[in-house]
Amino acid sequence: MFRQFMGVAAAAALLASPATAEKVKIGFVTTLTTGAGVIGRDMRDAVDLGLDHIGHKMAGLDVEVIYEDDGFKPEIGKQKTEKLVQKDKVNFVAGYIWSHVLLASHKTVVNADTFLISSNAGPSQLAGKLCNENFFSTSWQNDQTPMAMGEVLNQRGIKSLYVMSPNYAAGKNMVAGVERTYRGEIVAKDLTKFPDQLDFSAELAKVRAAKPDALFVFYPGKHGTQFFKQYQQSGLKGNVPLYSVFTVDSMNLPLLKDQAEGSLMTQFWAPDLDTPANKRFVSGYRDKYGRYPSFYAAQSYDTVFLIKSAVEAVNGDLGNRDGMRAAMRKANFESVRGPYKYGNNHFPIQNFYLRHVVKDADGNFTTKILSTVLEDHQDSYAKDCKMSW
Amino acid sequence: MDWILLLEQCLNGLQLGILLFLLAAGLTLVFGIMDLVNLAHGSLYMMGAYFATTFAGWTGSFLLGALLALPAALLLGIVVEVVALRTLYSRDHLDQVLATFGLILFFNELARIVWGPAGLDLSLPAFLETSVELLPGVPYPTYRIAIIVTGLLVAGGMYALVNHTRIGMLIRAGASNRGMVSALGVNIRLLYTLVFGLGTVLAALAGLMAAPILTVQIGMGETILILAFVVIVIGGIGSIRGAFVAAILVGLIDTVGRAFLADFLRLFLTNQVAETAGPAMSSMLIYILMAAVLATRPRGLFPPRGH
Repeated sequence: MFRQFMGVAAAAALLASPATAEKVKIGFVTTLTTGAGVIGRDMRDAVDLGLDHIGHKMAGLDVEVIYEDDGFKPEIGKQKTEKLVQKDKVNFVAGYIWSHVLLASHKTVVNADTFLISSNAGPSQLAGKLCNENFFSTSWQNDQTPMAMGEVLNQRGIKSLYVMSPNYAAGKNMVAGVERTYRGEIVAKDLTKFPDQLDFSAELAKVRAAKPDALFVFYPGKHGTQFFKQYQQSGLKGNVPLYSVFTVDSMNLPLLKDQAEGSLMTQFWAPDLDTPANKRFVSGYRDKYGRYPSFYAAQSYDTVFLIKSAVEAVNGDLGNRDGMRAAMRKANFESVRGPYKYGNNHFPIQNFYLRHVVKDADGNFTTKILSTVLEDHQDSYAKDCKMSW
Repeated sequence: MDWILLLEQCLNGLQLGILLFLLAAGLTLVFGIMDLVNLAHGSLYMMGAYFATTFAGWTGSFLLGALLALPAALLLGIVVEVVALRTLYSRDHLDQVLATFGLILFFNELARIVWGPAGLDLSLPAFLETSVELLPGVPYPTYRIAIIVTGLLVAGGMYALVNHTRIGMLIRAGASNRGMVSALGVNIRLLYTLVFGLGTVLAALAGLMAAPILTVQIGMGETILILAFVVIVIGGIGSIRGAFVAAILVGLIDTVGRAFLADFLRLFLTNQVAETAGPAMSSMLIYILMAAVLATRPRGLFPPRGH
């Protein structure tokens, strides 16, 4: 009797398995440990929220996301990427906070004919010469946001500027970006060691001695908190106004509080951006996690919906890679930033806004949009990309 | 050359040097006297910062938080020594490195469980958050001056302790010849626990003083620990005086190099090259110093006598 039952059960399992085996597998590489782990947590929370919002299904298929920690190191990010592609055989690899980690990992994915979607990093190489038909971005190319800031500085009549940035792939792009649009004089540039250097006293003393009209910085994540504190302690606040990109985010705002109030930054998105998808995202995120989402979270949430649009366009036929690629090129989904288009290099053509830090009705610090700086802006490396479609 | 800027950078270097000295003093004592390579020294620095932030939150006062953190750190140091390190003294250095590396992972994970991954912020009271004018037109952060003064006082206290007290005599004797000290009937176990506790308090003091400048976060001790090892190698392992001189030297060279090397290179290189080479070369300067010291005085600038 027992044996018979087992036989039936085994047969049933065999019959059932083909139906359950087919699912959408997404590998998500981000930083979950070290001081930057808080960024990875924000991205993971946003992906989980996105999955909740689509009922964990794409075109009727179950969705499985495998999270991997890059430990803030390019070599580990590459190893984890190889594991996702070769062992887990995922359909999509997404995530990547850091440009140097993405640059180390991208070949592994695109050469295996797997889709790679950057949810944050936008190094110039991947927008230009190294652009690939399997690579998409739901964020921006690194230079774009500081280019918008350069325009803001022009509009505000800033005649001389001091530039500080960490010395790595993205830091160099940020400096190149602001140099491209800013028309005043750049009195000095300081590239600091990344990620080791956390004390900026030497550089801040040089800023004071140089007496510029304004200071432009890019210090992502933890470095932003440290920079703001030291800027305040150095007595520069009130003398040399600060303009930043990617330095203030929803994770360090609760630490910075009024130190960052009024601080100006440019960005492609803000929590108060008035689109239906953004309202659903921000309110859902605040209900579920009790805090404001960061831009990292917004891009990660969009990643889920971009993948969903691709899977649904081919009715769940994950082997139809050309169909999925054609679908993603249309960016046919409700993005939190509103509708956008893809350029030939698969980077978004989108608006950039000027935001400032304010207190909301409950006394929480958040950012609000002041004005639109660049409309439908495309990055400057697209012309170096040979791909056309 | 702007002399006021140079003076300011020297103060910045001095302040970094002071922090390094506090960290290196404990490290060099533990290494020199107990012959223990303690990679987890940076974790004790981190715990000092977390303790101070927690206590400051409870009491609502930065100074009280800092004062409470020191005995807490002493207790932690004693517990770590008794529970984990005591069994390692007779093992070779590789075992010690492995075990204390394990302690780093343990403390990082502990901090994540207790305080969360996001890091904490230790705010300064208003009277330390400002800047004072040292010379007309040269404002300097009050808190960094407070660090320099505290550090110099501690260095003075350490000098008195090591050179003019009975405990200090035992510590010096232990650094010179451990076997002889225990043969003379000194309770070497107790001395070790005491030295380790003292080292922990100094590391915690450095951590809590750095906390308001930096953010209190997991792994904050690991980058500065490398510098502290450079300091004790340059100063001579086991020598407090060497640690002090080397720490100030490293602090000054690192800061002043960072500030002026790119401008200096610009005198004979193009702008583009100077910009790229400057930061890269300035981060190498202290290692070049270490190599030079090791080549000319392999046992450091001030090796303890008797070895």
